[in-house]
Amino acid sequence: MYLARVIGRVVASERYPGLEGVALQLVQPLAEDGTDQGDAHVAAVATSEISVGPGDFVNCEGGREAALVLPETYVPVDAAIIGFVEAVERHGELLRPAAEGARS
Amino acid sequence: MIFAEVIGTVVTPVQHPSLDAKRLLYLRALDPTGQPTGKAFVGVDGCGAGHGDRVLVMDEGNSGRQLTGIPNAPIKTVVVGVVDFIEGADGQLIYNEATT
Repeated sequence: MYLARVIGRVVASERYPGLEGVALQLVQPLAEDGTDQGDAHVAAVATSEISVGPGDFVNCEGGREAALVLPETYVPVDAAIIGFVEAVERHGELLRPAAEGARS
Repeated sequence: MIFAEVIGTVVTPVQHPSLDAKRLLYLRALDPTGQPTGKAFVGVDGCGAGHGDRVLVMDEGNSGRQLTGIPNAPIKTVVVGVVDFIEGADGQLIYNEATT
């Protein structure tokens, strides 16, 4: 699992069978201090209860396990948002999302 | 398995049901001498580790499902042990919790 920041929303009307109705968000993985690290990518949203938008911190899972959270589990998905992050405590202090574009 | 340090906790009020009541730890990967490598990630606490602990982290799907007992749990990263020391090939301690 890794922390990421939502930076956009993806709309794709033609999809692989089984991916209908799955929300897709563009996420930017974060470094330890909350700055951007690594490449932005698209992640499927696990459940409709997880309502996130640009700027939100999210907990993501990559790899085969990402598809396991979706209604249809045998689908080609390699990243999923599995939680909305309210707070990250780091060395006793609250970690805030860094300003967009700040890279480590 | 990965050598890592617990640097905090992550609070997620809305999440996949398989993560409910699990403690999420904020972790950073370490090299064998205990220096951070620059990679941070989130793991489920499987052994009662806390802030500052140097831990062993499993990053593989089957272990996560074993921990939760839920067949389709999306959990890969699990903290499975607290490291006391690491001994090199020459018998020297390259990392020692007691002296850190």
